[in-house]
Amino acid sequence: MPNFLRRWKWPALRLIVTVVVILGVFGLFLLLMGKDPIKAYRDTFTSNVLNPRGLSELVVRMAPLLLTALAVAIPFRVGLINVGAEGQFMLGALLGSWAALNVQGLPQPLHLLLLILAGMVGGALWGAIPGLLRALGWINETITTLLLNYLAPLIVGYFVFGPWRAPELAMYPQTPEFPPTARFPSIAGTRLHLGFFLGLFFLAIYAYLISRSRWGLEMRAVGGNPEAARRLGIPVERWILVAMMVGGALAGLAGIAEVAAIHGRLKMAISPGYGFMGFLINWLAFANPVGILIMSFLVAFIASSGFTLQITQRLPYAAVNVLMALILFTVLAKPLAKGVQR
Amino acid sequence: MSWFLSWLSGAILYAAPILYPTLGEVVEQRTGMVNLGLEGLMLLGASVSFAVSYITKNPWLGILAAMATGLAANLVYAWLVVHRNASQLAAGLALMFFGIGMSALLGKPYVGQMAAYLPKYPLLGSQSLIFRYDLLVFLAFFLAPLVWFFLFRTRWGLKLRAVGESPAIAYAAGVSPGLVRYLAAAFAGICAAVGGAHLSIGITGTWSEGMTAGRGFIAIALVIFSRWNPLRAIVGALVFGGAVVLQLQLQAQGIGVSAFLMDMIPYVLTVLVLLVWGRGVRHVAPASLGRVYFGTE
Amino acid sequence: MSSVDKAVVRLEGITKRFPGVLANDHVDFDLYPGEIHALLGENGAGKSTLVKILYGFYRADSGTIYVNGKQVQIRSPQEARRLGIGMVFQGFTLIPALTVAENVALFMAELPAFIRPNNLYRALEEACHRYDLDLNLRAPVWQLSVGQQQHVELLKLLLARARILIFDEPTKVLVPHEVEGLFRIFDELRNDGYSLIFITHKLREALTCADRITVMRQGRVVGTVTPAQASEEILVNMMFGERLAEVTRPTEKTVIGEPILELQHVCTRPIGTAPALVDINLKVHAGEIVGVAGVSGNGQRELGDVILGLLKITRGQKIFLGQDVTRWSPRKLISAGIAFIPEEPLSMATIPWFSTLENFALQDLRRFSLWAGLALDWARIKALFQQGFTKLGLSPLPLQARAATLSGGNLQRLVLARELSRPYHLIVGLYPTRGLDVRSANAVRQALLTAKAEGKGVLLISEDLNELFSLSDRILVMLHGRIVGEFRPEETNLSEVGKVMTGVGVVHA
Repeated sequence: MPNFLRRWKWPALRLIVTVVVILGVFGLFLLLMGKDPIKAYRDTFTSNVLNPRGLSELVVRMAPLLLTALAVAIPFRVGLINVGAEGQFMLGALLGSWAALNVQGLPQPLHLLLLILAGMVGGALWGAIPGLLRALGWINETITTLLLNYLAPLIVGYFVFGPWRAPELAMYPQTPEFPPTARFPSIAGTRLHLGFFLGLFFLAIYAYLISRSRWGLEMRAVGGNPEAARRLGIPVERWILVAMMVGGALAGLAGIAEVAAIHGRLKMAISPGYGFMGFLINWLAFANPVGILIMSFLVAFIASSGFTLQITQRLPYAAVNVLMALILFTVLAKPLAKGVQR
Repeated sequence: MSWFLSWLSGAILYAAPILYPTLGEVVEQRTGMVNLGLEGLMLLGASVSFAVSYITKNPWLGILAAMATGLAANLVYAWLVVHRNASQLAAGLALMFFGIGMSALLGKPYVGQMAAYLPKYPLLGSQSLIFRYDLLVFLAFFLAPLVWFFLFRTRWGLKLRAVGESPAIAYAAGVSPGLVRYLAAAFAGICAAVGGAHLSIGITGTWSEGMTAGRGFIAIALVIFSRWNPLRAIVGALVFGGAVVLQLQLQAQGIGVSAFLMDMIPYVLTVLVLLVWGRGVRHVAPASLGRVYFGTE
Repeated sequence: MSSVDKAVVRLEGITKRFPGVLANDHVDFDLYPGEIHALLGENGAGKSTLVKILYGFYRADSGTIYVNGKQVQIRSPQEARRLGIGMVFQGFTLIPALTVAENVALFMAELPAFIRPNNLYRALEEACHRYDLDLNLRAPVWQLSVGQQQHVELLKLLLARARILIFDEPTKVLVPHEVEGLFRIFDELRNDGYSLIFITHKLREALTCADRITVMRQGRVVGTVTPAQASEEILVNMMFGERLAEVTRPTEKTVIGEPILELQHVCTRPIGTAPALVDINLKVHAGEIVGVAGVSGNGQRELGDVILGLLKITRGQKIFLGQDVTRWSPRKLISAGIAFIPEEPLSMATIPWFSTLENFALQDLRRFSLWAGLALDWARIKALFQQGFTKLGLSPLPLQARAATLSGGNLQRLVLARELSRPYHLIVGLYPTRGLDVRSANAVRQALLTAKAEGKGVLLISEDLNELFSLSDRILVMLHGRIVGEFRPEETNLSEVGKVMTGVGVVHA
């Protein structure tokens, strides 16, 4: 067997089994809720995969997932567990929205660039806090990122309910609509937008850098054995901070992309748990880029099924949370690999 | 002065729902396990106790149901960690997702309803109108020294602490680390669920999605703050309870600050607590916790 | 009455196989009551495995065990303890955070459900007085010296009602006069009727202390003798069989050149329970090996870290090749030419998941970078890999093996090849031969001598006094974070250095 295939044999096998398990667990879940899983899968398949418009909807769902998964993957390689993608998403949306609403007179490409940068800065800042605390050796990042997840919506809420609130009455508080130059362009009548392509772009960069560049090797060294890395002269603390900021930046990008492409204004309910889904995707894919692509598709598929079922069979969205938990339980309960390779 | 007294009584009241999960987690962490799923456990306890209390009109049955649920759910976590060698952080997060989602599903029919409340009794037989608490509050402050005694003055407490310091050595001494961890997880599950239950049918009398608002994670911070000592946990819980009550009082006074900014107080406080007390704590932490907490697993 | 009945423990035909190695090969062994029986052999002979089988840690693949004349199955350490067998391991089984009393209580035969500290203390103090063990029962174990910790281990055994006591390399961590103290305790115990087995690889100890000596080599028992019947020469032959290639010490004195490394009045801050360095002054010259002796935990690791730039210097200066490098980062120091050989290559110097080639590449990634870090020059790395090993006279390791699968000896060779295949001026070795098989240890020592001959400087931190004496030009002694003595090997002896290491009769200047 050629070396290339041999290296991929085990991860591929693990991936396939994981996919089968996930579909099985979800199917079981549907059965328990009194729905027909086969019918649900068939329906979702026909409406979301075979149908071009449906497929574009599914891919639209993938966009934030690719980015939030990367937001977890990059710190993961350095040995960190970033559960704060949710909060970083919101902070990116916040800062990006500021750029959208308060900057006038720019042509669309420039305005969008500004949005993207602002979003990434917002997310990076929110990732820098836990990153710094961890780099200084003070607090484990898992705790701080989780706490910051609770702070972020409060900050967004302050602005959306307060100084940025749109004067016109609406069901929920929201900001005024973004100007047209601040909206992400989409393809031919679908909702497929720039965000998805940005996601693919960054995924490709990640895939290349992590495996082929010197930085990737250094990061993986830190993730593999920080003590040894330190003795080899690798600036471990710097990498910890950088990884958290880059991860945060990507989650922030996901946030502003979602707002600028889908909603058109900043409001409270912009993330149905994208950050946590990104965490799940990364965990299932072991930070492997191809795995992330596949798992993002799968999770988007499941989320679409859930959404369809919600309309047609009245399945509450909290069920998706339970489902994620069941998937995670199942995957954790049967470790196939001999060890996690970073 | 009366403002202070009412603040104090509120602080004690709001300390209880966070003291329970903190005590449970102290015991759990003393066996070397970090449980990020406390939030999920608390929400499960809150929703289940509310539902059962609403249906049976008996709050104590609600508490019992919450205890059973917390026990079962955390045993799943323990099984994953002990027998499947799963990452503690990941397993805890899975439990968190499960609790958040399941509690929302279970509690959906009961949002906005009123369920049977826990009855209140006066403190120290006084005639006070404000220092009246339900039994769970009294129990919480009684449980803390009990846990301390168990950990430091009994044979089983010594063995439990040995597991948290070095499972290998404990095993050599004839202790089964796996069994001890299951028992600790059972206790922690019950405590966390009771904490959540107290919040819904002891304090607010309502249920809403996500009502514990991150207390499960704040409890973990409090465990660090208390240096894994149940008596210090009392202090931490009171500080937190005091912060919550202070925020409520300020809001009631109509201070013109956005509710959002006020809501941030407990979280900012927690981060500050971690900053001030959480550093350099590695040497005090149970040794086998070290890799999970301060390094990577 | 046959001799079988006299024995308090008898092992017959014990065989134990691990993946890739036959640890015990039909071993017979017996122990009489009231005897001190030494189990002698070099690293990997199977001594540790044998006693661990007796203690229930492992199950033998075949063979029988008799205790007090009865055949028994020992399936776990608890069962061993129930039979009155106790063991003091090399790495102590003490919990640092718990007090002495708590550690002993954990293993006690009958511990009351509710512990009353005073009763506990009373019971322990009795035993301490009997055997002259000087211990503070209330102190947490991490505060104790290594010698004291060993006494706690012994106390544990005594209070667990053990009558058969096994010691695995007890003298490894002790200095000469502490060893004498331990042997005195052994004598007392033997006179009280205990039966002792102690494992060692040091001949002289076995000859001094034991009633009988059993020599093992490569999993088999070579023979059992009494000290009267044996001599050092006989025991060496039994232990090694063939003569071992000696480390070639250069006969002419190499010229000692300019100082490569200088530490002037260096101080650091204490971190946690680790000691701080206090007023460290030392120089390493070109062509010189400076040895640093000391009981582990007196600042040796901190010294290594300070030189590498991992520990901040609060006062004083560090000078490398004439330049003040006090504030330099580890990366800069490594590039300037410091090589580091650590004690535990797996946890301190290699990435377990990486292949040997990737680990090798970590030596200086900047050198191998292409396009400012976007890619790496693997061809050049591979070439250097082969060269690195052959230069040291070692056969190259496979390129793609995962580091975690390599033995300690092979990993240390990888680290040697890596560190010494880039330009360097100074080698810092921190217990570099600890736990290695003889061949790998010799490879390390040879590399150090070669470096000295090439005019490099070497700082060798070691707890093996023999090693230090045979390799060093000068020996410094560390105690409590200070340098408390400096010797020339030819002008002193092991005992004198040992005393300085433990602060006996030291005069602080």
